[in-house]
Amino acid sequence: MGTPVIDMQGIWSQYRDVVIHKDLSFRVEAGQVIALVGGSGSGKTTLLREILGLLKPVRGQVRLFGTDLHDPDPIQQRDVRRRLGMLFQQGALFSALSVYDNIAFPLRELRFLDEDWIYELVLLKLAMVELEPEDAGLMPAELSGGMVKRVALARALSLEPELLLLDEPTAGLDPVRSQNFVALIRNLQKSLGFTVVLVTHDIDTIYGLNSHVAVLAEQRILVQGPLDEVVQVDHPVIRQFFGDHRS
Amino acid sequence: MNAPILVQDANGVSLAGEWTLRSLMGAEAGLRGRLESLEQQENWNLGAVSRLDSAAAVLIWRVWGQHWPAHLEVGDTVRSTLERVASLPRKKVALPSYHQSFLLGLGRLVLAVLHNLVGVIELYGRLVLDLLFLCRHPRDIPWKEFSANIYKSGAQALSVSALVGFLIGITISYLSALQLKAYGADLFIVNILGISIIRELGPVLVAVLVAGRSGSAMTAQIGVMRVTEEIDALMTLGVSRTIRVVLPKVAALTVSMPLLVLWSSASALLGGAMAAYLQLDFSFYYFFSMLPKAVPIANLWIGLAKGSVFGFLIALLACHFGLHVRPNTESLSMRTTASVVTAITLVIIVDAIFAIFTRNIGMPS
Repeated sequence: MGTPVIDMQGIWSQYRDVVIHKDLSFRVEAGQVIALVGGSGSGKTTLLREILGLLKPVRGQVRLFGTDLHDPDPIQQRDVRRRLGMLFQQGALFSALSVYDNIAFPLRELRFLDEDWIYELVLLKLAMVELEPEDAGLMPAELSGGMVKRVALARALSLEPELLLLDEPTAGLDPVRSQNFVALIRNLQKSLGFTVVLVTHDIDTIYGLNSHVAVLAEQRILVQGPLDEVVQVDHPVIRQFFGDHRS
Repeated sequence: MNAPILVQDANGVSLAGEWTLRSLMGAEAGLRGRLESLEQQENWNLGAVSRLDSAAAVLIWRVWGQHWPAHLEVGDTVRSTLERVASLPRKKVALPSYHQSFLLGLGRLVLAVLHNLVGVIELYGRLVLDLLFLCRHPRDIPWKEFSANIYKSGAQALSVSALVGFLIGITISYLSALQLKAYGADLFIVNILGISIIRELGPVLVAVLVAGRSGSAMTAQIGVMRVTEEIDALMTLGVSRTIRVVLPKVAALTVSMPLLVLWSSASALLGGAMAAYLQLDFSFYYFFSMLPKAVPIANLWIGLAKGSVFGFLIALLACHFGLHVRPNTESLSMRTTASVVTAITLVIIVDAIFAIFTRNIGMPS
């Protein structure tokens, strides 16, 4: 196997006096779909932000695609970041820009594509997330919760990322919409073959994505593997989280 | 990473390697131009392409002139990516434009001014009704918010308004003293400073300061409360947004502004007296004992009344603009700017109206 997409070694994170991660290690290989689960306050979001490079762990090293995220060379940093897409929980769409410009923004930042090319790509991304071309003219404030997620996904996918990070992708969606959204991510993952790391509380999402599971507890990754293997592990956190799904 | 490879021979064009956005960006400069010059080709072999992403697919589809070439060899995965591009609707979608013509902009501006005028009058009416309501239900008077706002917009502004007043006092006194000395009219420094500061400069100066300091803060605060739906949450809890949010701010600024004016004018006079002492050898005792004779007391009342009216206007406008923020960052910044600019402009207009109507009052005979 090639270089792992994510390689975290000996991570210590601390918020004031509270130690969140203690000597944590986490590896994700290319093409994997991994759900990070754990109780609230177990540091899932912190871990996600460390993978993104928004937070720097107190100790330890984060490597994405074999490159150190906190490399002093800004070009190197930018190139690594262009290989990953992030779907924020609330979408984090630029509220002053239309849907079209939100998706076109990362493409324009490359300063490589001409406007016609960008136009076609934006329409393609909209079609990928099953939105109508007419939606391109809307402003983020005019979108429903499900549409915000779809537009945010389209923006996250606009640079053809090899790694997609999802923070609570189905939070705030009703069951039908969240099922559709999970199916959408699943289909895109199958056809485009990117790696996915998601944080979720929702067991149906994990089933729907047929993902591996990494359980965060006791300030480290307790166990990581396919879902049916993980549920067999006898540990209070896992018992509590998966409850009666252990069949 | 495999670079994209383009080979043209007698059998047509063959592509190989990785055709992705990133590999294209890293590829040699001439590749795109060479690809785009191949429009006439009808024989394409994409069998050796290991990976094709949508950006590259769009590029190739454009080179093909939006239709499939006559002879094409291609693997299944690559074909499905191309099919996704091919199935895109061809019609142009109307996109919103951010810039507008001059005439349209002018029309929008006039409409916005009228709209805001109606909004401010509406809010004023609402406040009057709220006051009547509070007279009948004194238990609902928001005392805590009122005192918190007095502290925030009044007490916390003391140091900065004193500093600004003091420096302005020194400047005016110093510049006037130079002129007056030339004419031997030194004595009039007290008249000039007294009338101009107490009647005119004090209130306007503090109004500009408070509009920038408290007005913008009020608009931003209410605006963010709108964006995060906190205002709506208040309404659903049965709490009137005008009584709890707007009224305390307007009342507090109406009360604290005249006090700030008094404070700032005093500080400016002190600065003026100091410059007069250094420049013209006026003693402080002489300066302040001359002041009541040179400046009739009516000027002080006019200054304080102005302060009160300006404070009311600034807070009312700030709250009005805050309540009409739409849930996006652009609107928040535009509304905050509009709040401060409108408040300062209106303060100066109202000041001119004051000057006309009080022209016979308070002038030394």
